[in-house]
Amino acid sequence: MTTTNATRPAVEDSEPDGTTADAGEPKGWQFNSPLVLTMLLLAGVVLQGPIRGALSAPVMQSWMTVFVAVIVQALPFLVLGVMLSAVIAVFVPPSFFARALPKRPALAVPVAGMAGAVLPGCECASVPVAGALVRRGVTPAAALAFLLSAPAINPIVLTATAVAFPGDPEMVLARFVASLLVACAMGWLWHRLGRADWLRPPDRPSWEDLGKGAAFWGSVRHDVMHAGGFLVVGAMAAATLKAVVPADWLGLAADNLVFSILALAVLAVLLSICSEADAFVAASLTQFSLTARLTFLVVGPMIDLKLFAMQTATFGRGFALRFAPATFTLAVLVSSLVGAVLL
Amino acid sequence: MNRQAQAAVLLLTGGAILHAGLTDLYLRYVKAGLRPLLLTAGVVLIATAIATVWYERRSPRPQRDGDGERDGDGERDGDGDGGGHAHRDGDGHAHREPRIAWLMVLPLLALVLVSPPALGSYSAMRTGTALQKQPWGFAELPKGDTVRLSLVDYAGRAAYDHGRSLDDRRIRTAGFLAVGSDGTPYLMRMALSCCAADAQPVKIGLTGRTPTVLRPDTWLEVTGTYTGKQTKDPVNDGIIPFLNVTETKPIKAPKDPYDESWNG
Repeated sequence: MTTTNATRPAVEDSEPDGTTADAGEPKGWQFNSPLVLTMLLLAGVVLQGPIRGALSAPVMQSWMTVFVAVIVQALPFLVLGVMLSAVIAVFVPPSFFARALPKRPALAVPVAGMAGAVLPGCECASVPVAGALVRRGVTPAAALAFLLSAPAINPIVLTATAVAFPGDPEMVLARFVASLLVACAMGWLWHRLGRADWLRPPDRPSWEDLGKGAAFWGSVRHDVMHAGGFLVVGAMAAATLKAVVPADWLGLAADNLVFSILALAVLAVLLSICSEADAFVAASLTQFSLTARLTFLVVGPMIDLKLFAMQTATFGRGFALRFAPATFTLAVLVSSLVGAVLL
Repeated sequence: MNRQAQAAVLLLTGGAILHAGLTDLYLRYVKAGLRPLLLTAGVVLIATAIATVWYERRSPRPQRDGDGERDGDGERDGDGDGGGHAHRDGDGHAHREPRIAWLMVLPLLALVLVSPPALGSYSAMRTGTALQKQPWGFAELPKGDTVRLSLVDYAGRAAYDHGRSLDDRRIRTAGFLAVGSDGTPYLMRMALSCCAADAQPVKIGLTGRTPTVLRPDTWLEVTGTYTGKQTKDPVNDGIIPFLNVTETKPIKAPKDPYDESWNG
């Protein structure tokens, strides 16, 4: 029992800050939820016809398609990440990470950043894993470096980048270097400036006293439902942008160097494309310079709407509100510099 | 949302994902290569639902008559009694389950009840053509008078090779119809690299004996010859080559509505 309490800080005393979205809930609500769920599903089935009718406009159809597509695509990776994080939380002892990572956080950051290369997946998998690492006692600076680097520098993503830019192989190198630099810089920045009370993982039930099987499945269930809910928020935002905002306004920004970099950085945040696919989208933004497109590739896997929602879920809103703008700024600066040197 | 309701949502979501993966439904949303991952995820979600119900049913009973638990016994007995129990019962109710989880019902309803169609002309016309120059040249055409080419293949040869590799042969290709703001008919294929959120169109324009009735999103098989005519996509200034059509035939939409060949 003592280990449970030691490795799960701030579970008991975390004040309801709204990010968990379940604070201050009347108790009666919980007992009704199967009923509410049944009513919801029934209403959906009964109103199927009218709902379909309302959704038959092209803009609604394309919204729904993108919405479902983002969820269907992200869910396997989310499940993978959640399983991995449950394995870390239940089966890997904290002492393992103490031995695997250098003692000094300043050194642990680049090691963890490079370790991101071995998680073959996109950003949906890295968020729960980084959350589990923090709960397991890994220094947050290192876990954050891992969080940022894993989706950008793993072999699958780099291969996809090479395929998408057949004429510019230096793009792969630039993406690797810029992403790793930003990840390490953010880790070090957190180590220097970060405060432990910003990092407030939402209330998580502890299952460790129930045996490992219950702990494992309890963790998987909780994380899928929790992160999944936030994933839905992100998917809705991304679908709205894809279906509603016209693409040609981008052309206006392409002429000015500074504007074009900022425009693609913002676009990467808004579109929330999986990091395995974003290279192909970047390749098609032909009216933009390579540096601007590099910015798109560096910013996208580190911070976008979907990720912001999921980081809020895993680390708390106070963290996400500070971490996201810092990551964005640093990613834009570093990728402009790397682009100027390498491309 | 309490744990029974979560188990129900997990079960239904897992079932819906499995269903989509076992039929061709998933091809409307993601690339074909994602299928094994989808099926695995579906199975894991269902297993999670079953495990949730299983542990929930067992939890009111004392722990030590637990049988069939999958972990080492010594470990569980070690922490099973000394206060661990009271702790669990104490906060088993105090921990509120995530309310945001209710949102998981939305994609479930969307996938099961609506099953939105693959992206079509609406998205395609709003997105610039993704046609790109391929550095490794073009393969030899197969023998025969009429050659069947994918739309993306034809567009690449026409735009970047000026039709040289086409030898004035008759080309047969397929795609869905879209109509430009000036009334020009276009034939398109959406190309996909991961999921529909990154789908991008490759477009060719139709000239010559174009169909008289232009209904967007209908799938057509067109036969025709290369023409030097080109236009620029108003969205991103990409090249849209044309095909001089001699014959058109409506066809059924293919099993995989997206072209996944061009990006590996």
